Amino acid sequence: MTRYAMSIDLSACVGCSACSVACTMENDVPVGNHRLWIRNTTVGTFPNLTVEFRPEQCLHCENPPCVPVCPTGCCYVTDDGIVDIDEHQCIACGACIAACPYDARSMHPDGYVTKCNFCRHRLEEGKLPACVETCPTLCRSFGDLDDPNSAVSIAIREADRVDVLRPEQGTGPNLYYLNAPSSFGLTSNIWDVKHEEGAH
Amino acid sequence: MGMDRREFLKLSAASVGAATVAGQASAQSLLDRIPNPFAPMPPQWFDGDVETVYSYCENCFWKCGIEVKVAGGKVRKVDGYATNPKSRGMLCPRGQGAPTQTYDPDRLKRPLIRVEGTERGDGQYREASWDEALDYIAEKMFAIRDEHGPESVAWFGHGSGDKWFASYLPGAWGSPNAAKPSVSLCTGPRETASQYTFGRGISGHEQIDWSETNYIVLIGHHIGEDTHNTQLQDFALALKRGAKLVVADPRFSTAAAKANDWLPVKPGTDTALLLAWMHVLVTEELYDAAYVEQYTLGFDRLVEHVQPYTPEWAAEITEIPADTIRRIAREMAEHAPRAVIPVSRHVVWYGNDTQRNRALYLVNVLLGNYGKPGGYYFCDAPGVDAYPAPDLPLAPSSGGCGGSTTDVEADSPFRDSVDRGLFYGSATAVQEMIPPMLTGEPYPIKGLFSYGVNLFHSIPKVDYTKEALKQLDLYVAIDVLPMEHVMWADVILPEATYLERYDDLLLQSYKTPFIAGRFPAIEAMYDTKPGWWIAKELGEKLGLGEYFPWEDMEDYLDTRLRTIGSDLEELRQQGTIVRRGRPYFADYERFNRNPLGTPSGKIEIYSERFADAGFDPMPTYEPTEQPPAGSYRLLYGRSPVHTFARTHNNAVLMDQHGENEVWIATKEAERLGVANGDYVYLENDAGVREGPVKAAVTERIRHDCVYIVHGFGHKAPLMRLANGRGASDTALQSSYTLDPISGGAGLRNNFVRVVADAPNPNHPPIKDLVADRSPV
Ligand code: SF4
Ligand code: SF4
Ligand code: SF4
Repeated sequence: MTRYAMSIDLSACVGCSACSVACTMENDVPVGNHRLWIRNTTVGTFPNLTVEFRPEQCLHCENPPCVPVCPTGCCYVTDDGIVDIDEHQCIACGACIAACPYDARSMHPDGYVTKCNFCRHRLEEGKLPACVETCPTLCRSFGDLDDPNSAVSIAIREADRVDVLRPEQGTGPNLYYLNAPSSFGLTSNIWDVKHEEGAH
Repeated sequence: MGMDRREFLKLSAASVGAATVAGQASAQSLLDRIPNPFAPMPPQWFDGDVETVYSYCENCFWKCGIEVKVAGGKVRKVDGYATNPKSRGMLCPRGQGAPTQTYDPDRLKRPLIRVEGTERGDGQYREASWDEALDYIAEKMFAIRDEHGPESVAWFGHGSGDKWFASYLPGAWGSPNAAKPSVSLCTGPRETASQYTFGRGISGHEQIDWSETNYIVLIGHHIGEDTHNTQLQDFALALKRGAKLVVADPRFSTAAAKANDWLPVKPGTDTALLLAWMHVLVTEELYDAAYVEQYTLGFDRLVEHVQPYTPEWAAEITEIPADTIRRIAREMAEHAPRAVIPVSRHVVWYGNDTQRNRALYLVNVLLGNYGKPGGYYFCDAPGVDAYPAPDLPLAPSSGGCGGSTTDVEADSPFRDSVDRGLFYGSATAVQEMIPPMLTGEPYPIKGLFSYGVNLFHSIPKVDYTKEALKQLDLYVAIDVLPMEHVMWADVILPEATYLERYDDLLLQSYKTPFIAGRFPAIEAMYDTKPGWWIAKELGEKLGLGEYFPWEDMEDYLDTRLRTIGSDLEELRQQGTIVRRGRPYFADYERFNRNPLGTPSGKIEIYSERFADAGFDPMPTYEPTEQPPAGSYRLLYGRSPVHTFARTHNNAVLMDQHGENEVWIATKEAERLGVANGDYVYLENDAGVREGPVKAAVTERIRHDCVYIVHGFGHKAPLMRLANGRGASDTALQSSYTLDPISGGAGLRNNFVRVVADAPNPNHPPIKDLVADRSPV
């Protein structure tokens, strides 16, 4: 079985947004919607600082809370583990948007819900997802988690530290953050620590 | 970014459901689809035939090789391709966002002539045919030539087409007053320093041997915020390999966030840091003695020269502890020659910039890395013959980024450039071409061409430039967008975007030198024309047709390519032709050749030529002016998604980063009563006020400076996305410090006050602006 997953090495990511713009162009995402966006979070005080640049997108969860709430059944999981939307059956009720703990879904102006689908159309052609292909720091890996020789399996195995977003939600994300730069770990999981967002 | 929208959506979706959501969706599309949920979605662009056209990117001037994907007659996506050494199949965000610029409804669409009787800056235009517009220009140019001489027309250029407008046409016409901002407002000092140290330029592409280096020291070099694609790839791969990184910067930059050591150096004191590193390398005998012996001249004088520059001396000045300075020097030496301090772009900081860059090179020389693996490699552009045409009456004078130029010969019928004698180097300085427009000294500049040079977002002293423009007899702007300075021109010539045109071959000096082609992916939209076409047509109207003997660009390119045994069709199929390079000393020594072009044939640690001209033969530290109490030094830099002031009307890129923020240290902000996200004004001593601009209150910057990203703060109502968002650093640069050696304009001696309580401009989201933009 194929189990698609992605990893992002946060020690390399510079938050440049090339992935996000590539996603927008590839998937014709309207201005104002994002399937992929970047957060940057600073921890510490001058001059002992850490900045985490963290791209976020759909995590293609093992137990996706968005899928069971869909009244039409248009939110589904493929055999390869991709959480996808059959957009033409979507009635724009927004239940899945509310259910996703990661804000990964948004309403397309044409009246259906949209989000990352690991660029399924590209995978079918044997290409990598657009964000993975363009990333100039090569910090993204993609592939089959069940294949120990896939790029993503190797990247996860070789990482010093592996995190997922909000593990307490029990969603079982298939998006792995590697080598989080802060000694506190992934900044989204440490809201009790003093931090600041932004600064471009 | 996106938080507000997402939270809002989530809330609205959770609490009310379809009724509210219909507000987000177009009601029509819901109606269309709900009755028939099985109606197919419209096909995606990639579902049908997709044609691929090779080109090279110009959303910045790194010029990555791209494949342009065209479906249904429209450019849909731009990607890198693996065989191009600069993209290697990847692109930065700006490169990815390219199609949005081509389809920007705010583009210049047809030639415009300023309405008779209106003033420059009034912005009133009438449409004209190309023929009429070019005739109008030619007539005025002849009048200027008759009264003042051909030299009284100045030519500024930036971008691929600057070959025509800042080199070829001025050479054919006979004006040495051609200049590129990429020299005196960017790389001029590093090039001059390199010429006088190594007898070679840096050549427009920073030749750092990233793949071989183990220790990297960046000084004010903003990799990551500056997303030069290949450089970012190489940087990331070097760190992944385990290379150590040290970043000296007053700001905890993106690069600093990746560093093993961050040195929050006091702005303006970098040369002291470099001198102290030389001191440690020399006095502790950590330098590469064999290298110094073989390749350099004047080392013994350097030994004496650096004695006073102890780490303790530098610690006082730079505010970096002496122990740290010493430790970094030792670590560099441990890793040498695979330890490197890369030279950066935009090095015009404090006016002593040639000497600072000399100091930077000399540390590298002591590490023995120049021309060695893991340091600086050698590169030359691949040779391709010019199209056979008569010699130009005047050698092109603007130089490249490299800025090496030819002096006007003593027996030439042409006068020397207006800036000759103001500084030592020979490349023209764009900012020095402005005063003669007002003063008439040494002779008047009466005409100006600006090809892609944003006069008000690059040249300091914007108000002075505006006064100068009012004195001209002719001002022509060639551009893609109705930038503020464009809407001051007498004649506006709309250029096709780089996805719609041919350009000259890209002859790239690189570790593996290569040739890349630019092929139009779609026909030029509206009544726009490529730069080469405009130059040729204008040349013919100016009676210079003999210098443009080619039929069109296909003929021109094909003829050139045939001189190397290729042709246009081959390049069209292939995109890039890669050559072998000679990166290291060993590659020259094998053939008994010497890559160093100095008079001595050595690396000149001690510069006789500088000494003869009255400059320090070895770099010294000169203190820079300090901000007065209550003011901050204005630092500026890059956004990863923007280039210069060029990309701020690109909806996709503006959706990523739609206004700049001023970084203020937390403690200073507390003192000023400014909270994160508040709007403030920035104000300088000349009374210029910029903003409102959002405050980013942050730990990531020193207390004595503030920082904004360059390129925002457009005052161009016809650029409906860019207009009025954020603050312009250039507007606040009411002075500059001339580098007496290179002619560079040091821009970081400008100070600003932060004025709290500016009104929130309530910028609408970019998506609302986009929705409202009907084509004009
Ligand atoms: S393209 Fe790569 S480096 Fe840039 S933000 Fe995306 S993941 Fe990070
Ligand atoms: S995998 Fe494709 S759809 Fe998902 S974030 Fe990346 S580019 Fe966007
Ligand atoms: S670095 Fe980015 S903008 Fe510059 S040429 Fe390459 S892809 Fe284009």
